[in-house]
Amino acid sequence: MSIIEVNKLNLFYGNFQALKEITLRIEKQKITALIGPSGCGKSTFLRTLNRMNDLIDDVRISGSVKISGNDIYGSDVDLLALRKKVGMVFQRPNPFPLSIYDNVVYGLRVHGILDKKIMEQKLQWSLESVHLWDEVKDKLDQNALTLSGEQQQRLCIARLAVVEPEVLLMDEPCSALDPMSTAKIEDLMYELKKQYTIIIVTHNMQQAARVSEYTGYFLLGELVEFGETNQIFTSPKDSRTEDYLTGRFG
Amino acid sequence: MTTLERNEKLIQLALLMIALSAISILAIITLFIFKEGMPIMFKYGVNKFLFGLDWYPTEQSFGLLPMIIGSLAVTAGSLIIGIPFGLACAIFLTEFSSLRLRQIIKPIIELLAGIPSVVYGFMGVIILVPFIREHLGGSGLSVLAASIILGIMILPTIISISIDSLQAVPRSYREGSIALGATKWQTTKMVTLPSAKSGIIASIILGMGRAIGETMAVIMIAGNAVSIPHSVLDPVRTLTSNIALEMGYASGEHRQALFATGVILFIIIMILNTIANATAAKQRTK
Repeated sequence: MSIIEVNKLNLFYGNFQALKEITLRIEKQKITALIGPSGCGKSTFLRTLNRMNDLIDDVRISGSVKISGNDIYGSDVDLLALRKKVGMVFQRPNPFPLSIYDNVVYGLRVHGILDKKIMEQKLQWSLESVHLWDEVKDKLDQNALTLSGEQQQRLCIARLAVVEPEVLLMDEPCSALDPMSTAKIEDLMYELKKQYTIIIVTHNMQQAARVSEYTGYFLLGELVEFGETNQIFTSPKDSRTEDYLTGRFG
Repeated sequence: MTTLERNEKLIQLALLMIALSAISILAIITLFIFKEGMPIMFKYGVNKFLFGLDWYPTEQSFGLLPMIIGSLAVTAGSLIIGIPFGLACAIFLTEFSSLRLRQIIKPIIELLAGIPSVVYGFMGVIILVPFIREHLGGSGLSVLAASIILGIMILPTIISISIDSLQAVPRSYREGSIALGATKWQTTKMVTLPSAKSGIIASIILGMGRAIGETMAVIMIAGNAVSIPHSVLDPVRTLTSNIALEMGYASGEHRQALFATGVILFIIIMILNTIANATAAKQRTK
């Protein structure tokens, strides 16, 4: 069952067309990887799904993006609710320079949940879901920036978990991490997909092959090919995909 | 030693001399003020200077309490006015306005800092003082007038340094917050402002320094009466005004007493700076 349906999506930065006629469906509770060279629209596409591109001046969008059947570019869309439902993990771990506690309950506070008991419950639950609880339970009031990069990235995922999103957008979540830490985050993604639909942008083709069920290949703003990861990696239909996967360029 | 190395040494030495001369000027000024001001304070008792109510310098009566309170009152008043306006302006320009608007407004605000203080004082005398006299009572020359004018004078300092520190907050913090479904205001209040806190405190320290040290504008609008103010509409004299008003004709112990005023001003500024710096440092380590 698909949760996200994108139809003929075009995006312009000023006069530059960054996304061209993107059409795809994202399956619920699966991991979808978006691969391709830098600057070809993967991250831009990801940011259309929670409307983070709205923060940039001079962006125009046409086409439609439906999440659970609702057009998120419709006139009556509730942006805050959309971003609560579609969470985002960034390339560089970006915990706020606040305590670990404040970071995790941040999402609850902004959505008006101030009950101490609920906060503490959710705090433990979310930190446990990213396997961070045992490491930080004794130092919850320490500044989150004192954690290691990988712990920070886990914390950022826990911070999202408390607002109970349905979709997790991950924009190269491991690019700032070493291979060991990357493996840990990948294991985590595997567990998380039981609960969330995950879309991950990655430069790392092995990572895409390892973690994802579906893969899309972006080139110069076009979605060249989209399909099951196995099929894309073993028998790509488009010669450009093959060129990229076999390392002829990219 | 090659020529290049010798040149390097020479340049280093020259820079060191210049740096030292700047510091030594500061040291000489400090020493001079203390040397001129301290003896009379010890002669008549430090307490008399700090807590005495009467200032009749030609009759050995050197109470500076009214001026100490005057300085603190107008400084506090200027901060009460300057901080909210300055912060609101900085927040609006960094978080809510478009880049173009910010690029137009920020230089204009910085231009405000270049207006001579006598012009601010003049505006106070012509516009603000009559307004207060007519609508609120009193002579108009008052703590309130001085606070408002000083509040405006410290705005450029508070605004431009706060803008710099807000802009220094990484974009990723704001994005992280917005992506969690927070509003812009929630993001500003809960993430951006706390992250920029030490810079904002620094802007307030500098603004406070400007307010407590300002002389000309204050002389023109504060009324300069040597008495402890009982309301914001009462006139006051500040420590700086006291020195500027009387130095021209003072001699002997009177002159020394004015230096003592300078010593007290110096110490007050040191204390305020230390407190403010300590708060900022504490914020950073937290």
